[in-house]
Amino acid sequence: MTRALTLILVLALLGGCQTAGDFPATAEALKDVPTQGRELTPKQWTTDQGSTVLFMRTEELPMLDVRLTFAAGSTRDGDRPGLASLTSALLDDGSEGLSVDDIARGFENLGARYSTSSHRDMGVIELRTLSQAKWREPAVELFLDTIGAPTFPEDALERARTQRLQALRRHQQVPGPQVNKAFYRTLYGDHPYGHPSGGTMDSIRAIERQHLQAFWNEYYTTGNAVIALVGDIKQEEAKQLAARISERLPEGGPAPELESAKPLTERKREHIDFPSQQTHLKLGNQLIQRGHPDYVPLYVGNHILGGGGFTSILMEEVRQERGYVYGISSGLHPMAAGGPLTVGLQTRNQQAGEALGLTLSLVKDFVAEGPTQEQLRKARDNIRGNFARSTASNSDIVGQLAAIGFYDLPLDYLEWFREQVNQTSVEDVKQAFQKHLKPENLAIVSIGPEKPEPRMPEDDSEGE
Amino acid sequence: MRLRDQGSLIAIMAAVLLAGPSPAADYPDTHEYRLSNDMKLLVREDHRAPVATVMIWYGVGSADEPPGRTGLAHLLEHMMFKNTRHLQPGEFSKLVSRFGGTSNAFTSYDYTAYYQEYEVSRLPLALELEAERMRNLEIKPEEFQRERNVVLEERSQRVEDNPDALAGEKFSAITRPGTGYASPVIGWSRDLKQLTPAMARDWYERFYHPGNARLVVAGDVDPDKVRTLAERFFGDIPARETNAGLARGERPVPGERRLKLELPVRVPNLRMSWNVPSLVNLDSPDDYYALTMLAGVLDGGQSARLESRLVRGAEIAAGTSTGYRGLTRGDGLFRINATPNPGTSLAELEEALLKQVRQLKKNPPDADELERVRAQVTASDVYEKDSVFRQAMELGYLDTLGLDWRLAKRFSDRLAEVTPEDVQQAAKQYLVPARSAVARVQSEAK
Repeated sequence: MTRALTLILVLALLGGCQTAGDFPATAEALKDVPTQGRELTPKQWTTDQGSTVLFMRTEELPMLDVRLTFAAGSTRDGDRPGLASLTSALLDDGSEGLSVDDIARGFENLGARYSTSSHRDMGVIELRTLSQAKWREPAVELFLDTIGAPTFPEDALERARTQRLQALRRHQQVPGPQVNKAFYRTLYGDHPYGHPSGGTMDSIRAIERQHLQAFWNEYYTTGNAVIALVGDIKQEEAKQLAARISERLPEGGPAPELESAKPLTERKREHIDFPSQQTHLKLGNQLIQRGHPDYVPLYVGNHILGGGGFTSILMEEVRQERGYVYGISSGLHPMAAGGPLTVGLQTRNQQAGEALGLTLSLVKDFVAEGPTQEQLRKARDNIRGNFARSTASNSDIVGQLAAIGFYDLPLDYLEWFREQVNQTSVEDVKQAFQKHLKPENLAIVSIGPEKPEPRMPEDDSEGE
Repeated sequence: MRLRDQGSLIAIMAAVLLAGPSPAADYPDTHEYRLSNDMKLLVREDHRAPVATVMIWYGVGSADEPPGRTGLAHLLEHMMFKNTRHLQPGEFSKLVSRFGGTSNAFTSYDYTAYYQEYEVSRLPLALELEAERMRNLEIKPEEFQRERNVVLEERSQRVEDNPDALAGEKFSAITRPGTGYASPVIGWSRDLKQLTPAMARDWYERFYHPGNARLVVAGDVDPDKVRTLAERFFGDIPARETNAGLARGERPVPGERRLKLELPVRVPNLRMSWNVPSLVNLDSPDDYYALTMLAGVLDGGQSARLESRLVRGAEIAAGTSTGYRGLTRGDGLFRINATPNPGTSLAELEEALLKQVRQLKKNPPDADELERVRAQVTASDVYEKDSVFRQAMELGYLDTLGLDWRLAKRFSDRLAEVTPEDVQQAAKQYLVPARSAVARVQSEAK
């Protein structure tokens, strides 16, 4: 019995110092194993009409991805919020000689997938098809005919308008979309990033067919297009395909550059009354835009603060330690003319003040003190290790190529980025955050039955 | 291999053993092994990029929860990221992150599954971590309370504050009445508040062991090396008998059900559902493929009937979606959801949808409608392979249901055998009032 007791004590002692022990046994050996990743080896050229093309051949699967990206996002809406989005939505609703049914049936009979989407900076048109000529050729023909001369039929516009209005009404049922829209409005005001990409009830009602037609002719042009091609076709075939696409687009140069968005210089607080069980909060400020030299240290810092999932500071403190939230995260979203750092969380109404107070103090501390050496090392390891997964699939690759083309990045951007991350120091992160993020100047937007006032939680730890 | 008549997973495993290893030549990219403790290992080779996905699928889900303990399967899933004998809360995620990976888990009616994704050299770590929490989970009361609060927040966020989700939850309560499928996976709030650490411990003891799990590894791996590693970390965890397992076989036809819901919605919607067989419960899989085709004819894309006739055409619906959920241990469900256009009542919308169903009962669909569905499925088979994650999902999901993963490889061939008359027959046999449940969801009367 004594021996049994001793054994239990020994086990308990061992249990107390596990982290320094030999679990996991595999970790030590992996510490210095460098991770590999599939290298991106794209070819880049410009079509006669001035479209940028990026192509990478992947031969393992008999498929082809085509992604066209235009500077035709909601930043180009002008005084008609939702115009870019409606234009994009009608790109499968008819073109010269083809009805909406012809287009839908045509692609679906071939097992091809045609889709369009609209974002803040971009309008995107995509085709995924099997790459054998007997499937690919007719799919490409139909694709060219569809984008070659869209007709924006009146009845399709009315249908899309009704659907969009229904969607906007549904947004009013739930807190998430409302807080999001209010956040961008609060932060960006009259700048093109300030209005909702999906439009408003009033603006959607006012859009006419001629507006769509004009938007298409102005922004879906040869010189405003990036064509990314990934899949099992030869470079010669890619050249021909890109040329054929480019020939079918309206002629025109790149869209004019947008005025840069400005950060808030004082705190702005907005609240929306809504009868929800949870209060949703979104806070942040304008930081930088694409191509800014401080992007890498800010990226690394955001990863540590709230972008890195379960191991980030916000997740650890607000969810793991306190159980205040199911989700909390921060994001850094550099776009062509601006890019905010945002923190989003959702929490029970009664504790929304504590959750907000804690979050603000975590952000403030992070800006003041920067990350620890250990946090930085872990973030760098994670970002480096992630690389393999960022180029694993054709989907991943076509996304990378489109971004490289659209934001005019070097072809070896991913490689360069990884190298920069490696060289980022604690001081780099701290300086970049102090330079760009003033915690006292955040936009803070909330939605819920009561406007939460930030307060620090009473210590609820139980002397563990 | 058909597994229709086995009552338990142990019996299924015995059947697999008798059948012996599959002829690997048929599907050279997929390998199936048994570890020394009888745990199943499935390996899918995909050498396009140096990545690997590791999943472990436990054959237990929320449908197995007894009344009053809803949410237990999912809450335990959360606890699996907390304490183990060798790990403090948060350390699991930190290790995954430190080595460049990502991990998460999902709980469903029929299974609880965990995954890690990495650059491929990290495979041994993934297996060691997964084995640790299969063997050594510790449930500390204070962590349990904290995580329960997280789940209650998750529930508020996903359900309570979203009237569409609330409607879905209330509708599910009548689609498969009297079964574990009638309660939400996340659990009812009142039940969640009454769960105890001891209940979670008991759940873990009963269901989390090699006899109720399968390990799936997909990616740039050498199958033999995976097997050696799996043996190293899992081989000596004792397998126990598993007494989970809802009785297989079709349930009695439940009868016609109607639900009127008033919720704070801005846009009304209609939910319709028919109790139909699932592949797991069918003697012959033919009806599974016919129902799959039926769903495709109604809603397999922008050119399918509901979209072209009711969303475009008559402009009665702002949107519709149709699906056949036939991969489940419970009743399969054939569902149609739709939102009306302004000016259309839910009654008119329901009648318009039923008219489409009646037409299919009266006349078989055209051959080219079936051809279109097949073309999409055949192409999807290729597209799905672009994702290592989805390949692992497919293997784990089918195997957990006691189905043969080779089914996926034969899916489009089997669909090609479905005739227009088969589709008509399926509509006649299954889309009948006695099998139907309908919910009309409207805004609260002022």
